[in-house]
Amino acid sequence: MMLIPCPWCGPRNEIEFHYGGQAEVRYPVDPQAVSDEDWARFLFFRDNPKGMFTERWSHAAGCRRWFTVRRDTVTNEIHPDDGASNARTVTR
Amino acid sequence: MPPRTPGAELPEHPDWLWHSPEPKSSYDAVIVGGGGHGLATAYYLAKNHGITNIAVLERGWLAGGNMARNTTIIRSNYLWDESAGLYEHALKLWEGLADELDYPLLFSQRGVLNLAHSLQEVRDSVRRVNANRLNGVDAEWLDPDQVAEICPILNTSPDLRYPVLGATWQPRAGIAKHDHVAWGFARALDRMGVDLIQGCEVTGFERVGDRVVGVETTRGPIRTGKVALAAAGHTSVLADTLGLRLPIQSHPLQALVSELLEPVHPTVVMSNSVHVYVSQAHKGELVLGAGIDAHNSYSQRGAFHTIEREMTAAVELFPMFARAHVLRTWGGVVDVTPDASAIMGLTPFEGLYVNCGWGTGGFKSTPGVGWCYAHTIAHDEPHPLNAAFSLERFTTGALVDEHGAAGVAH
Ligand SMILES: Cc1cc2nc3c(=O)[nH]c(=O)nc-3n(C[C@H](O)[C@H](O)[C@H](O)COP(=O)(O)OP(=O)(O)OC[C@H]3O[C@@H](n4cnc5c(N)ncnc54)[C@H](O)[C@@H]3O)c2cc1C
Ligand SMILES: [Zn+2]
Repeated sequence: MMLIPCPWCGPRNEIEFHYGGQAEVRYPVDPQAVSDEDWARFLFFRDNPKGMFTERWSHAAGCRRWFTVRRDTVTNEIHPDDGASNARTVTR
Repeated sequence: MPPRTPGAELPEHPDWLWHSPEPKSSYDAVIVGGGGHGLATAYYLAKNHGITNIAVLERGWLAGGNMARNTTIIRSNYLWDESAGLYEHALKLWEGLADELDYPLLFSQRGVLNLAHSLQEVRDSVRRVNANRLNGVDAEWLDPDQVAEICPILNTSPDLRYPVLGATWQPRAGIAKHDHVAWGFARALDRMGVDLIQGCEVTGFERVGDRVVGVETTRGPIRTGKVALAAAGHTSVLADTLGLRLPIQSHPLQALVSELLEPVHPTVVMSNSVHVYVSQAHKGELVLGAGIDAHNSYSQRGAFHTIEREMTAAVELFPMFARAHVLRTWGGVVDVTPDASAIMGLTPFEGLYVNCGWGTGGFKSTPGVGWCYAHTIAHDEPHPLNAAFSLERFTTGALVDEHGAAGVAH
């Protein structure tokens, strides 16, 4: 079990959360100008590092807000200091 | 050859089946990853294409990755033509593989039931049966009574929260003993003069422009004209060293076994909706698997709640399992693509070939992968059966979308 630090509710069991994958994936600024290649990048390609990963979680069974953490994908160690403590609500 | 009784023959000790040579400084082809896919590819490169100056480089021990961790279900009842073509080719190869390798693979065609629990699933399943038949894949649609006849221990009562409304049935599907499959290939490769090198991790590539001319390893550099990736969940780690991005995400996938039980479970049962798959190994363990953990991970360990859900589903479908003890659980690292189909083919780098994204279902494809990937490597051109599984499909949009269509949810 991972203890995931919700910035609003504190550390909770991972079963309360929904995984959102890589953080900071931005929708293209000018969609009309995007090439097929770049649409593919945006839609289908995400980082998959063995090590530190900056990712999104939603506290689905709690406050229902999205937040960012940095997690080591080998040890599952979560570093809330970098990002998660900057609590911000993000609409998707 | 006398007929084989499953389980009657024990193989030789794996230590005696192949040598452990020192790596040479160059080979005609190098295969990265000594799982089932790497071994099968080397086998067909040697057998079908006469290329025997090959090394299979394995960072751990031979076939200790997902090959040793999977639930060994083999079937070819996929919906789309592209998938059916590839998996059915593999299943046909499985049917002759034990004889060909002269090694007991304990390949048991005990059939697979894919359960349907909702009206939509019934419609999808019937559609898949029809598609399978058009593709020459054996498939039938069964009502709950027929399902109960094939698998009497399954709870087909209409009172379940998600009752069994029927199932697809592929009689030629089944299971095989994964370790034996790897050892059978390894023994054959050793005899053909292929170097199987364990404890040798590929850490990077040697390049001349956009051409890959060798690999860097923990046991020194090795030069070669052809580098074929077969590293399953770790492909991103290798591709990253070249700046090559791949549309895959690595996730934990867990399985578990019970203690040894008398034969109770005659077939393989899979359920997409309540999500569990179960068979009984030759020795007697119940072998159970379910879905991936949601998060990316290379930890080879998933969360307990995933196991809990899987057990809940299993006990509802098989009430008698409530008394079985779990002996052990484990995890693998599987690479999942956005369309749930594999990537097999050429890369933007000359001399570099990719085989990844088999996710939760690549054991069944093992001989088929070997056959098609060997062709791709030998001819610098995909085999017709793997042409649709190119990396370019994510740009062209010609996806092979087996999500949901395949009868599993991942
Ligand atoms: C729990 C579980 C259940 C599954 N159930 C099924 C099932 O029922 N049916 C089915 O069809 N499939 C199933 N699968 C999927 C199947 O196991 C995989 O798709 C398949 O094994 C992948 O191909 P492979 O055998 O070559 O992978 P692996 O056996 O993982 O081979 C890859 C090898 O590459 C090595 N490697 C990685 N990086 C390097 C490097 N840098 N240098 C050298 N070597 C390296 C690894 O150590 C590993 O041995 C399951 C998987 C899991 C984890
Ligand atoms: Zn919260």
